Amino acid sequence: MKTLTFPAGGVHPPESKHYTEQKPIEAAPLPRRAIVPLQQHIGAPCDPLVKVKETVCVGQRIGEPKGFVSAPIHAPISGTISAIADRPHPLGREIRSIVIDSDGEDRWCDAITETADFLSPSPADLKAKILEAGIVGMGGATFPTHVKLSPPEEKKIDTAIVNGVECEPFLTADHRLMVEKPEEIVGGLEILMKVLSVKQGAIGIEMNKPDAIEVLTRATADKPHVSVYPLEVKYPQGAEKQLIKAILGREVPSGGLPMDVGVVVQNVGTAAAVFRAVRHGIPLIERITTVTGPGIATPKNLRVRVGTPFSDILEFCGGLVGKAGKVISGGPMMGMAQYSLDVPVIKGTSGILVFRDQDLRLTDSNPCIRCGKCITACPMQINPSLLGVYVEAGVMDELEVHHVLDCIECGSCAFICPAGRPLVHLVRYGKAEVLAQKKK
Amino acid sequence: MEANRKETAAQEETKAAAAPPKKGEKAKKPETSSDAFILSASPHISSGESIRSLMNDVILALVPGLLVGIYYFGMDAVRVIAITTASAVAFEAGTQRLMGRPVAVSDMSAVLTGILLAMNLPSGSPWWICVIGSAVAIVVAKQLYGGIGYNIFNPALVARVVLLISWPVQMTTWPEPKPFFQRGVDTVTGATALGKMKESLLLQGDLSGIADIRWIDPFLGHTGGSLGEISAVALALGGIYLIARRVITWHIPVSYLGSVLVMAVIFHQIDPNRYAPPMFHLVTGGLMLGAFYMATDLVTSPVTYRGMLIFGVGCGIITMVIRYWGGYPEGVSFAILLMNATTPLIDRWVKPKTFGTTVQRAGAAE
Repeated sequence: MKTLTFPAGGVHPPESKHYTEQKPIEAAPLPRRAIVPLQQHIGAPCDPLVKVKETVCVGQRIGEPKGFVSAPIHAPISGTISAIADRPHPLGREIRSIVIDSDGEDRWCDAITETADFLSPSPADLKAKILEAGIVGMGGATFPTHVKLSPPEEKKIDTAIVNGVECEPFLTADHRLMVEKPEEIVGGLEILMKVLSVKQGAIGIEMNKPDAIEVLTRATADKPHVSVYPLEVKYPQGAEKQLIKAILGREVPSGGLPMDVGVVVQNVGTAAAVFRAVRHGIPLIERITTVTGPGIATPKNLRVRVGTPFSDILEFCGGLVGKAGKVISGGPMMGMAQYSLDVPVIKGTSGILVFRDQDLRLTDSNPCIRCGKCITACPMQINPSLLGVYVEAGVMDELEVHHVLDCIECGSCAFICPAGRPLVHLVRYGKAEVLAQKKK
Repeated sequence: MEANRKETAAQEETKAAAAPPKKGEKAKKPETSSDAFILSASPHISSGESIRSLMNDVILALVPGLLVGIYYFGMDAVRVIAITTASAVAFEAGTQRLMGRPVAVSDMSAVLTGILLAMNLPSGSPWWICVIGSAVAIVVAKQLYGGIGYNIFNPALVARVVLLISWPVQMTTWPEPKPFFQRGVDTVTGATALGKMKESLLLQGDLSGIADIRWIDPFLGHTGGSLGEISAVALALGGIYLIARRVITWHIPVSYLGSVLVMAVIFHQIDPNRYAPPMFHLVTGGLMLGAFYMATDLVTSPVTYRGMLIFGVGCGIITMVIRYWGGYPEGVSFAILLMNATTPLIDRWVKPKTFGTTVQRAGAAE
């Protein structure tokens, strides 16, 4: 059998999942103080619904979304609001956040209700519950889920895909979730299928997770409309467009979205969050995060409340070993390097990765030697070397015709580049310039 | 589409705040904070390959060819290799210093250029030929064009051609190959196989002059020629190593050797008295050295696979045109340099097929 994958490009970074792939998910202790940013999603930030000194219960709505592309935010712990002010955020700057001092009681609000027959509500009611629960894409992109579930009339959706690829090295949060909570993922997929009124559901998993493939194949055995697709281990197999191409053979057009080819893709963590929201009435206040890397004393997969500072989590994992070099929110290919351990876990924090100083290979950026490896590696088949040279030279007019806006910033080019060129950085800069010019 | 716009706008805000780093700038730690972490853009891991590791791999791949050269040409070969390599490194460092560029001889590219130049010279070359060659390769063909990555023409080949045109006698005086244990004091010189072919065609009007050359000799290395080009098998072995290590891809060597083979077969069929057998063309001259090590030079060849195939076929055709009808017996150097000149054009025409550009975007027509 031909293994499924995307046709061109891709790289094979060391998987490095051995740190945590066999470790069951553990609950992290509740933070003494939670820092809940009012922006945890792509789109408009929330307005605070609470005031300083007010007390809140777990699951209470504390951030009101502004606009359609936004998602409400809920209190992850019970306690007293001690501040509403700018705080460090994993995206690299300070963002207005609600700070909650815990009362240590984990007191839940009464409003939370169970729905045993979770497929009985109407699609509109299901979608309302998903919106109410503040669910966003948990693979890291944090795009509000209800928006993805509201395609315009003319886009006919026929397939919902749940993304269990987890192609980022080191990360195992999705893997453990699939092995330990398959019923939540399958239930979530069924809810998504009902909301979108589609007949076909798919779960894509890389073949380096045979246990997850087995568990989910068993969990979907009695569901004829849902299939599990084992996929070749190749980065970035889990990128939305590449995943759709691998499973369905459909190519999302340049500048388009999955809905243009009749598909909606959701991460396994998102599917599980959807299930918990509908079945148990639990808003998105916690997630699975992999704390890993050679710089962590005891790597773990954690179920952790949103708002828990990185410093608390690292302490729970035995602290740092050696001289810390880099702390990354997310995986090594697309994650963001952190400047402070005061940043909190947000809805999109798929992992906390720590490299020691000695694990980092800091290189000079050398001139491009035109080896063409970045072109071979690029899953979007653009020419990163050329874009990099143009950006360095300030030739921004040439970027768009060379498809700079098609870049998904997966990092394959910079990973492979023997000249150590910061290609993703250069392309991002070029993209921003092009978009700024378009706005004018 | 509203959603898409918002998404990209937010990405732009959050991700692209910093300016691109200047060339040669290192990722630095902030010095203000005691628990300062290194900040840099993703990705945070790399393949571990570097310019230096690529160059070292090519040098390693050249070792069999160099050993055959030393076996047949003795200490003369060692002398030429030593002089070109040392002077290439010296010119590289000197020019970089003079031009105010960072001295980067540790990237091994100058060492490789020096070795490749030696392999393209007769083993009896006087020291000053070696030094002038290195100067032309490094100073003129590389650094004056902007240094590594910016040169249009293969530096070692530019040097070889400049030397060949300027000092044709020295550059075509080929010591006879002789295993070192049989070597006497006097060096006997003779013509290369391709030289004998051209001479025979000119004087006798047929190929009788190469009738006694068995293909196995140049295949193994027992033939006259530049010190690093004589053994087809040793060079091909190194080339296969480079393909296996993914330093180069098969596209240029296969299309180059393939087009030479096809042309040789066709013309040998047409007139076996004027056109030598295909095997003769494949194993003689600088073809193996050119196809695996010179034409595949990363900087001066196209960046896409399809571009590489065009490039290789062009090299093959020009090589054979010069061998058949040109004034020089061998055309590999000229062929590669001419195709080097077309590389920017090829790269302009042949672009990767970007994902999603061959399908129509839904609603785009409305």
